[in-house]
Amino acid sequence: MKLALRELVRKPGRFVTATVILTLIAVLLMFLGGLLDGLLRLSTGALRAQTADAIVYSDASQSSFLRSRIEPDDRAAIESADGVDEVGGLGVVLLGARVPGNGPRDLANVAVWGYELPKSGIPAPPAPGEAYADELLQADGVELGDELLVGPARTPITVTGWVSDTAYNGSGGLWTDLGTWREVLSQNRPDAVLADGVVQALVVSGPGDPADVVAAVDAANDGTYALTIDDAINEIPGVEEQSATFNQILGVTVVIALVVIALFFALLTVERTALYGVLKAIGARSRTIFGGLVVQATAVTLVASAVAAVLVVVLDLLIPPGSIPLFVSPSRIVLSVVLLLIAAVIGSAFSLRRVLRVDPASALGN
Amino acid sequence: MSTPALQMSDVRKIYSMGDNEVVALDHATLTVGTDEIVALVGPSGSGKTTLCSIAGGILSATEGSVVVGGEAISDYGDKELTTFRQNKVGFVFQSVNLVPFLNARENLLVVDELGRRQGKPARDRADRLLDELGLADRAKNLPSQLSGGQKQRVAIGRSLMNEPELVLFDEPTSSLDTELGQQVMELIRSEMKSRGTAAIVVTHDDRITEYCDRTVRITDGVLGDD
Repeated sequence: MKLALRELVRKPGRFVTATVILTLIAVLLMFLGGLLDGLLRLSTGALRAQTADAIVYSDASQSSFLRSRIEPDDRAAIESADGVDEVGGLGVVLLGARVPGNGPRDLANVAVWGYELPKSGIPAPPAPGEAYADELLQADGVELGDELLVGPARTPITVTGWVSDTAYNGSGGLWTDLGTWREVLSQNRPDAVLADGVVQALVVSGPGDPADVVAAVDAANDGTYALTIDDAINEIPGVEEQSATFNQILGVTVVIALVVIALFFALLTVERTALYGVLKAIGARSRTIFGGLVVQATAVTLVASAVAAVLVVVLDLLIPPGSIPLFVSPSRIVLSVVLLLIAAVIGSAFSLRRVLRVDPASALGN
Repeated sequence: MSTPALQMSDVRKIYSMGDNEVVALDHATLTVGTDEIVALVGPSGSGKTTLCSIAGGILSATEGSVVVGGEAISDYGDKELTTFRQNKVGFVFQSVNLVPFLNARENLLVVDELGRRQGKPARDRADRLLDELGLADRAKNLPSQLSGGQKQRVAIGRSLMNEPELVLFDEPTSSLDTELGQQVMELIRSEMKSRGTAAIVVTHDDRITEYCDRTVRITDGVLGDD
C-alpha cells in the first residue's frame, strides 16, 4: 500500500489523465444529481412540508388535488375514526400572479394553497387576504408586503412572511387560509369552484405510524383513500418519471466511470507487468499488488471527487437563482462520491486476473 | 558439518507444449555450500534460468527434491513459496529492475515492506548495506539518477536485505562494461564471503567464473562440473 501511495505522490503525471477524466465524470454526476434534486424540490416541497401522517383524496382523483373533492360527510367520518387525532383541509390552485414592479406579462407562477394546520416551517394560516410566500418567488421580484394580483381575476393577496422549500409543480407556494384559497379558486377557476366545507384533500395525523393512520382512514370511510406523505409525493405527476429518467442517466454515468477506471488500470497493469514480476519474485503477494491498485484507484477517485465537488459548488454559486433548478446538497455529493468509489473498486477489480497471471519467473532471464 | 545452502537432487522440470513435452532440466543434482559461490554457465536455452527459478522458489520442480537452507520446498504451493522467497533467497536480475519511483534506500526497504515488516531494524540494515556498498551518499537518489554500476549495487543490497541463505544472480554483469562488470563481481564476492552467504551466478561469460569458487556447466538441461 505504501508502495502504491508513493507512486501516486512521486509520479502524479502518470495519473493526471485518469484524474481529469474522472473529475469531469464526477462533475457530471454531481451536476445531474443536483438538477434531479432541484426538480424534485420544485415538484414536491409542498408535500414534504406536511407534518401530518397521511393525505386523503377522493376515490376518482388519481391523487390529483385539482380532481379531488372531500365532502363534509367524508371529513366527519374520518375525524371520528379510531386512530385519527387531527384532520385539516387542504387545497391548491396553480395560477399566474402579477408582481408589483414587473411588466404586465411577466407573471410569477404561484401555487395558492389553502390550509388549516401548521406545517413544517409554515406557521398557522395568516389572516384572510394574506399569504406566506415561498422564497422561490424572490427570484420573480416578490418582496415582503407586496400585493400580488393572482390569476385572470387579479385577486389580491398580500405577502406577510416567507417560507422555504414549499414549491409545488414548479411553482412557488402562497400559503393562505382556506377561505382566501376558496375565493381565489372561485374567482379564477370557475370550473373548479368548491362549495363551503368542501376541500380538495385532508391531511391526517394519528397516534400510530403513517401506515396505521392510512389503514384507520381507509377503514373509516368509503369514497376516499389515504396515502402516506412519501407515497403521495411519488404520486405527484412526473415525479417518478423524472426520478427514473435521471437515475438511469446517473447510472450510465457511473458505468462510464467504472469503464474509465477499468481501462486505465488495465493499461497501467500491462505497463507494469515486468515490475510486478520482479516484486513477486522478491516476495510480493498478488493480493498486495492488487491492493495497491485498489488504493490508487480509490485515491484518484477521491481527488477527482474533491475537485468536482468544489467545481459544482462554485457552479452553483455562479448560476443566477431561479434560472435552472440546481440544488447542490452535501448528501448528493456524498452519494456521488460513494458511487464513484464503488465504481473505482469494481473497475480496478478488472485488473485482478492480470495481476494474478503475472509470473514471477518472468523476472528471471530478462 | 553445516547444512548446505542448496541441495537439489535428481530434479526434473518438464514443460507441456501442446502435445509435446520439453525437458528443461533433466535429473539435475547440485549442492551449494553455505558460503560457496557457484558459476552456472551455459548457452541460451540450456536451462540456467529454470534451475535458478526452481532453486529460488519461483518455479516448482516436476520431479526431485529441492532443499534450501534446510527447508524442503519441493512440495510447496504458491503461498508457501512466496513466504519462502521473502525469507530465504535473494535475487539480482539481469536488467536490474529497481522500482523506478523509489530511491535507493526505499528500494532496499521494499523487501521488508513486502515481507517481514521489521521496521527500524530493517531501516538500520538498509543504511548499513548502502554504506558497505559505497552508496550512503546516494541513498535518496532515484534509480534514474544512478549509474549502471550504482544501480547494480543497489540491486545487490536489495538481495541481501532479508539475510538470505542463497542469492541468485541472473547475468549480473551483462548490462555493464568489462571494467564495471569486474568491479561488480569483486563486490559480489566480497559481500557473499563476508556474510557467509551462498550464491549462484548465472552467466555465459567465462571471464567472470574466476570470481566464483566453482563452475557448473549446463547444456540442454543436463548439469556437468568443470
